[in-house]
Amino acid sequence: MPETIPQDSVGLVQPQTLHVDQPLELECGRVLPSYDLVYETYGTLNANASNAVLICHALSGHHHAAGYHSDDETRPGWWDSCIGPGKPIDTNRFFVVCPNNLGGCHGSSGPGSQNPETGQLWGPDFPMMTVKDWVKSQAQLADALGIHRWAAVVGGSLGGMQALQWSIDFPDRLANAVVIAAAPKLSAQNIAFNEVARQSILTDPHFHGGRYYLHDTYPRQGLILARMVGHITYLSDDAMRMKFGRDLRSGRFHFGFDVEFQVESYLRHQGETFSRNFDANTYLLMTKALDYFDPARECDGTLEKALSGTRCNFLVTSFNSDWRFSPERSREIVNALVQVGRNVSYAEIDTPKGHDAFLLPIPEYRKLFGAYMGRVAEAVSDA
Amino acid sequence: MRDDLALISRWIPRGARVLDLGCGDGDLLAHLQNDRDVNGYGLEIDQDNIAACFAKGVNVIEQDLDKGLGNFQSDRFDYVVMTQALQAVLRPDSVLDEMLRVGREAIITFPNFGHWRVRSYLGFKGRMPVSSALPYEWYDTPNIHLCTVKDFEAHCRERDIRIIERQVVNRHHRSGTLTRAWPNLFGEIAIYRVTL
Repeated sequence: MPETIPQDSVGLVQPQTLHVDQPLELECGRVLPSYDLVYETYGTLNANASNAVLICHALSGHHHAAGYHSDDETRPGWWDSCIGPGKPIDTNRFFVVCPNNLGGCHGSSGPGSQNPETGQLWGPDFPMMTVKDWVKSQAQLADALGIHRWAAVVGGSLGGMQALQWSIDFPDRLANAVVIAAAPKLSAQNIAFNEVARQSILTDPHFHGGRYYLHDTYPRQGLILARMVGHITYLSDDAMRMKFGRDLRSGRFHFGFDVEFQVESYLRHQGETFSRNFDANTYLLMTKALDYFDPARECDGTLEKALSGTRCNFLVTSFNSDWRFSPERSREIVNALVQVGRNVSYAEIDTPKGHDAFLLPIPEYRKLFGAYMGRVAEAVSDA
Repeated sequence: MRDDLALISRWIPRGARVLDLGCGDGDLLAHLQNDRDVNGYGLEIDQDNIAACFAKGVNVIEQDLDKGLGNFQSDRFDYVVMTQALQAVLRPDSVLDEMLRVGREAIITFPNFGHWRVRSYLGFKGRMPVSSALPYEWYDTPNIHLCTVKDFEAHCRERDIRIIERQVVNRHHRSGTLTRAWPNLFGEIAIYRVTL
């Protein structure tokens, strides 16, 4: 934690755990007999439980979206730039809920947790999760918290896909879906990058078919590579040029394969940090959930049809330098929603920051996001 | 609300599906939504305006009119509105065609370059006209395709666009004997409702 907690921080927060004993039927055909969901909440739920906002996290995210866990924590939650008093998701007005998704590695049931039926760690036997499954489990959390209808379900990237899935699967249980830097499905190129990431993990000699826990090791190198390739897709060419250019660490060539360029150093650092904090099986599972996401698939491939049963209002936002999920992908969602007559607004933020921009405190982004959420809050107090 | 918007809103029936090109801060759509139960979308590129639309609860889509309306299906709307923007797009003729493709009717307003004050500004002063309806200098004006009432109507004839209704008004958005008798000379703002 910094010396003093900033005025616009939610401050010290504590994760909670919901244990669900009701079996969860999964899209893959398997059933999760019981499970834990770890989550955090910020702000206060109002008397008629109408001011709740669900935050859905992205590939490597978790439940710790805002504030600090302890005095020792140097950095706040992953979306602290947008969640807090006076921020776009204003905790003075909203009750914010952020769970760690099933299959994750930050406390919710996942490959690294115990299979209650065998008493062993799940490892690679943990069932494959889809966005639809996550949404279903999040609805269980909503029930447990007494929230019948979210004022908004909000997410960026894979989180935005969950928000979109919510609008399809539970049309009456949300007033707004905020879909940021997402896509209606992955492109072949997106899947290709995910596959490179997976192969780097799967072929690491320390992977042991996903049972590395039993060998007291983990596929560190595989995770590092996976994150490095992922990270390249999160930044734009311009962002990399501005941040690193062709800068050399020591100012001259060494004619070898050690780190020479700053960008190499940065990627290795990102990969190494990530490999220490993330589970390989979870990474595999999350990238598959991304690949499988395609709500139009069960509607003859027409997104309009998939969205025809939705009822909520939509805000779709993209970033012009994002090439992972480019503005065109967001516009596919917008066009389909217009075609079926839904209330939808769309803004494209001008920034060189690439896909990662959705996590950053970019003034125009915060202004637009804040204006939309302000309206959401007004509708809540009118209710 | 701006007077021209008040005039336009009278032409739009309850429950209509409306697309507003260059919707600004969303005043017209907010009014139509609240009073006439209209299902509307605005297109806008200025992000201050987009934020203002968000705050009003108006559907607004960031989209550059110069890139066309190809993302909207034909006959998706009952009315496609464009106020004071025809003169600022790269190809007013294509925008007009597109408006009539995605909508049954188009409602368009533009400053009339045939107004006597504009003519005399250029004729007597020999300078590019600057007025309350055209407040820019020649070098910074967004108005790159100005036209007169006669120009617009000639274009409509050429393209077989039918003019359903016309209102040519002065700067106070009123029409009088002069604007009715000599619209191209005394009208400052032209408002048209057209269809194919």
